[in-house]
Amino acid sequence: MNAPMDVDVSYYVVLSTVIFFIGVGGVILRRNPLIMLMAIELMFNAANLALIAFARVWMNDAGQIFAFLVITVAASEAAIGLAIVVVVFRRAKNVDVDEVAGLRG
Amino acid sequence: MTLFWALAVALVATAVFTVTQRSPVYSVVGLLANFVVLATLYLTLNAEFIFVMQIIVYAGAILVLFVFVISLLSAGTGPFSEGPNRMPRALLPAALVALAGFGFLIYGLARGALGILPPHVATSHAGEVGQSGVFGSVADFGVALFSTHLLPFEITAFILMVAVIGVVVLAGEAALAPTRGHHVRRRVQEREPIVKAER
Repeated sequence: MNAPMDVDVSYYVVLSTVIFFIGVGGVILRRNPLIMLMAIELMFNAANLALIAFARVWMNDAGQIFAFLVITVAASEAAIGLAIVVVVFRRAKNVDVDEVAGLRG
Repeated sequence: MTLFWALAVALVATAVFTVTQRSPVYSVVGLLANFVVLATLYLTLNAEFIFVMQIIVYAGAILVLFVFVISLLSAGTGPFSEGPNRMPRALLPAALVALAGFGFLIYGLARGALGILPPHVATSHAGEVGQSGVFGSVADFGVALFSTHLLPFEITAFILMVAVIGVVVLAGEAALAPTRGHHVRRRVQEREPIVKAER
């Protein structure tokens, strides 16, 4: 079962870059905080894909451990981000990030 | 190679679908498909345990959290459908930022940033799930996680605990504040006329 890695790592890295900037575009373009959080999750996943691709190239477990830690951090981020969305919605009855300007000077 | 291209096209398509949908529920469905495709890509990279974690944690836990929040927030008037999208106004700057960053990374890659990698990638042992001594196997991953990388693992547990406390502080305060604040406000309102009357 010795299957060589028939796809060069650069393909994975370019794919990861594409996904990352789809996420960046989502965060910039959308004003719904839920979809912005989902775009942030896309960026986390893009980073994970690059980490795991490099781990595969070096045949080193550290990249996969890193990806595992990134997954837990992404889970924390999603939980806190969604809690903030809920709190803001309860206070302002509005989840449009352009309308939430309580800190505007 | 065909597997990679199929997965890559599906991954980009679902990502674009996720970001461009108007309703967040459709976005969650797109994100779910994205995570499943990405998990399959992890499997092609011998990351068995991350494959399982991707399905359980992302598709299982995080997306359920999103769905709950969506159902919680849009139970009433549906605040998401109101107002125009930011698309037309911000499309040009967003495209510029995204393309500039993308071009920067691709430029770095093209200049040979990957040249430092080992030229001859060793063969993998895909398929031998769970055996030790095979790259990416769950057994090796577990040994590495609980021996070499034990401290990062424990720090991760701490981060999760902080996140849980933060969520309880945020959401719990929001759940309790309206009733408490209401009582306080009413008491203040009851008291104020008396003060005014004495004046």
